[in-house]
Amino acid sequence: MRFTRSRTLLAAAGLTLAGALSACGNAGGSDSESTDVNVEENAADSFEDGTRMKELAQDGKITIGVKYDQPGIGFKGAADDAPTGLDPEMGRILAASLGIDDQDITWKETISDNREPFLQKGEVDLVIASYSITDERRQIVGQAGPYYVTGQQLLVKKGSDIKGPDDVKGKSVCSVTGSTSLEQIEAKGAKARGFDTYSECRDQLLDGSVDAATTDGAILLGYAAEDPDNLEVVGPTFSEERYGIGYSKDSPEMCQWIVDTLKKAEDDGTWDKAFEATLGKSGVDTPTPPEMDACPSS
Amino acid sequence: MDWLADGYGLVLRAFLLTIELGVVAGVFSMLLGVLLAAARVGPVAVLAKAAATYVLVFRNTPLLMVFVFVFVALPKVDIPQLSFFAKGVLALTLYTSAFVCEAVRSGVNSVPLGQAEAARAVGLTFGQTMQEVVLPQAMRAALPPLASVLIALMKNTSVAAAFGLIEATARMRFFTNDNADVRTVIFLVFAIGYVVIVELMSAGAFTLERRWRVAR
Repeated sequence: MRFTRSRTLLAAAGLTLAGALSACGNAGGSDSESTDVNVEENAADSFEDGTRMKELAQDGKITIGVKYDQPGIGFKGAADDAPTGLDPEMGRILAASLGIDDQDITWKETISDNREPFLQKGEVDLVIASYSITDERRQIVGQAGPYYVTGQQLLVKKGSDIKGPDDVKGKSVCSVTGSTSLEQIEAKGAKARGFDTYSECRDQLLDGSVDAATTDGAILLGYAAEDPDNLEVVGPTFSEERYGIGYSKDSPEMCQWIVDTLKKAEDDGTWDKAFEATLGKSGVDTPTPPEMDACPSS
Repeated sequence: MDWLADGYGLVLRAFLLTIELGVVAGVFSMLLGVLLAAARVGPVAVLAKAAATYVLVFRNTPLLMVFVFVFVALPKVDIPQLSFFAKGVLALTLYTSAFVCEAVRSGVNSVPLGQAEAARAVGLTFGQTMQEVVLPQAMRAALPPLASVLIALMKNTSVAAAFGLIEATARMRFFTNDNADVRTVIFLVFAIGYVVIVELMSAGAFTLERRWRVAR
């Protein structure tokens, strides 16, 4: 960055203002803490012409698809202005590197089913929605990362007979229709009960219609943290989910930018802070950020 | 088409559940619908009012709301838990029977009043009049709208996909999620499955229509 002294001062003033603004915005939400990210000044200059990053930086706005129903990962309550969680934090870090402020990020709810279509049709620029990296998905969209690694676990009512993945045979287990989690638990002999959202699964679990709910441990920890008297996460993880950031195959140049930006955030401690402010609240220790995959050469 | 080769058992099982839901809910809807129609056209004012209210409520409620009621609200009431299949059948039956009632009622109304009057004149009771004279003629007239209602029911079973029942539409979402590169093909295969089921139903209805046809 070619910072002059006055520009640095200006940037500092801008940041203070942004901090003050976000502090106001946060006053209404219950636990919408978020980390401070340094919004780059003149970010557009640092990208080559013709790249999607340059376009986004010049437009000064970006649309990011996140989940709205996963506490700790991506969650937006009815009264909240913006979603909170690890995924939106990653989005804010990436947007900041393009010089885009929080208020210029358009959040869009994505569910498991519409993540690829949203990227393909350009309805969102990035998908950061507990989006596990798989070979099949990488054939049609780009996935950079992983920025977080978790694994499938089980959420049960306190005192349940189910202590781990070996106890689910013949039991009703809820997850989101179409998810790999539900397929994996079906393969273990459980009766698969598919609903549209994880919060519906939690409700089905609480009223006794299903015996357990299953998906990535990170998501389940979020629910258990919300209702620690009734719910608990049991058993070891029985899969490895590597969360990646989805981008359109039309802009392969975005991969290296995502990896570089996240690497920087991991090195300077922003990643740790983002984790502590979100998933870390459920009591888990902040893990070492995972090693990221190399970008496909093209 | 690897996904279909590997997973055709799952596809068939899913369509089997779709058909089971449609058939079981169809039988219950017909039973309840005919009873409701009899109540609506019958001479007992209280029953007629009750049946009319039932139709008013369930014909004007979106099916999704009925499902939410059965799957989310009902389990909170202190009654024995129903299985997921039973809850799906219950939701579909509550909704569809209102339409069956109206289709049957339209059939009953198409039978000239003189028929019922003649039946009463030869000494048949109300029950006999309905069973022996009015309903056989009414069912013939009600057949085309009834076929539409039951076909709609078969397709409406897909709402259950979001309520713990892995029928065809739910299974399709597993395949599209795992094989995102061939979404369109998967969608077409499942759409063809529904078309086949519905075509069989309309062929059946058409055969009945021809068999019941009489010279007037």
